[in-house]
Amino acid sequence: MTESEFMFSDLMVWAETAFWILLKIVAILIPLILAVAYTTYAERKIIGYMQLRLGPNRVGPKGWLQPIADTVKLIMKEIVVPRGASKTLFVMAPILFIGPSFAAWAVVPFDAGVVLADVNAGLLYILAMTSIGVYGVIIAGWASNSKYAFLGAMRSAAQIVSYELAMGFALVGVLMCSQSMNLGEIVLSQSGGIFQWFWIPLFPLLVVYWISGVAETNRAPFDMAEGESEIVAGFHVEYGGMAFSLFFLAEYANMILISFLTALLFFGGWLSPFEGYGMLDEMTAWIPGTIWLLIKASIFLFGLLWIRATFPRFRYDQIMRLGWKVFIPVTLVWLPVVAIWIKSNVWPFN
Amino acid sequence: MKTVKQFLNSFLLVELLKGLRVTWANMFRRKVTVQFPEERTPQSPRFRGLHALRSYPNGEERCIACKLCEAVCPASAITIEAGPREKDGSRRTTKYEIDLFKCIFCGFCEESCPVDSIVETRIFDYHFENRGEHIMTKEMLLEVGRLNEEQIAADREADAKYR
Repeated sequence: MTESEFMFSDLMVWAETAFWILLKIVAILIPLILAVAYTTYAERKIIGYMQLRLGPNRVGPKGWLQPIADTVKLIMKEIVVPRGASKTLFVMAPILFIGPSFAAWAVVPFDAGVVLADVNAGLLYILAMTSIGVYGVIIAGWASNSKYAFLGAMRSAAQIVSYELAMGFALVGVLMCSQSMNLGEIVLSQSGGIFQWFWIPLFPLLVVYWISGVAETNRAPFDMAEGESEIVAGFHVEYGGMAFSLFFLAEYANMILISFLTALLFFGGWLSPFEGYGMLDEMTAWIPGTIWLLIKASIFLFGLLWIRATFPRFRYDQIMRLGWKVFIPVTLVWLPVVAIWIKSNVWPFN
Repeated sequence: MKTVKQFLNSFLLVELLKGLRVTWANMFRRKVTVQFPEERTPQSPRFRGLHALRSYPNGEERCIACKLCEAVCPASAITIEAGPREKDGSRRTTKYEIDLFKCIFCGFCEESCPVDSIVETRIFDYHFENRGEHIMTKEMLLEVGRLNEEQIAADREADAKYR
């Protein structure tokens, strides 16, 4: 075999791998974008119903085509760069925001072994990716040359940094229980039916994680970064058209990610809740794991919309107080409790 | 004891869970939305919408150019010019215009009219497409009156005993 032949076959192997990875990325991203589109529809419908309204029902049967109409409208709109804005950063910011929120999906397992990148430190990777997203927000706020955008960006940055801590601590609990950072292994360590999942021993951490997740995604009642009443729309006030819709897409992708992570970390991911329950287990054995995961994630996604329909926005000092003075002490107290629980070898750690 | 109770209340998110229960219950209640073009909310016979000038059944216009409506109009939306009509020399308006941008739909013109000529109809969903279309001329007003005479007459009849 000559050297050139070797190079060529090497290249072929590389190209084939790259092709399969790209295909997998597409297989994750296309459903994700569709899910985002229909999450906006579900949000408008659910909030409408909770407020005794009907929600969108004009475009298509029951309003099913509303997200498509919205997308078409956004694509056709012009992206206006404000005077005095830093043009490069202004255009880059939405990409910096959406990139990490899509990249985080790389380590999310959809079933046993069905994952794009089965890395060992998946949990750390997700924490890192969700934190990097804040740069997009800050740059968007700064590059817009608008005081509202800047204020929104500052608020958002402070909020995400504060809640990152509580969220990280909550995940330390999961780490201790599962002895692994790989999301697939975390799920597998919860096998054994609904009462073996981590939501019982880690219940306070689950609540802290869930609420921090709401705050991390800048959703109501923690949407100070957008605060319509005082800073119009916050960091994306100057954005329109596709640039705006990228922010929108990323925010909803983050919401879905938080819902998936809650299902994976605390509610047994793709595992059936009836595992090891004889009759029930056999009757539900035909349901694939992915469906269980989707059902669990949709319940938490619904929770996010439900919370938005219910609570008024927090004041800024209340948000900071909740993050620093309530959540961090709660997690700090519960971590030793969990540690002793695990070491004492009683249910469910025996 | 009270502080302990208060602390537990806020720490266990009791009030927030109550709030969530309220929105959950509301999700299944009957929706109150009126689907506008297909469904309409009921209107009173006294509804004050687009203006009209009425005519008698023989086609003679009611307006006698007394200018009471012009005088009473708080927004000065009505402009009237009067003169003898060529045909029989009777006093009639040569110009009767209502500026719909100025009009506040108070209904004073209708109340002041001694011959029930200027009235406000139930029409509220109209629009303009060009500049200047907000000025209702005499012909337009008479046309609205002709088209809706049945409804207008019925509404005056229903309201007559309270006048």
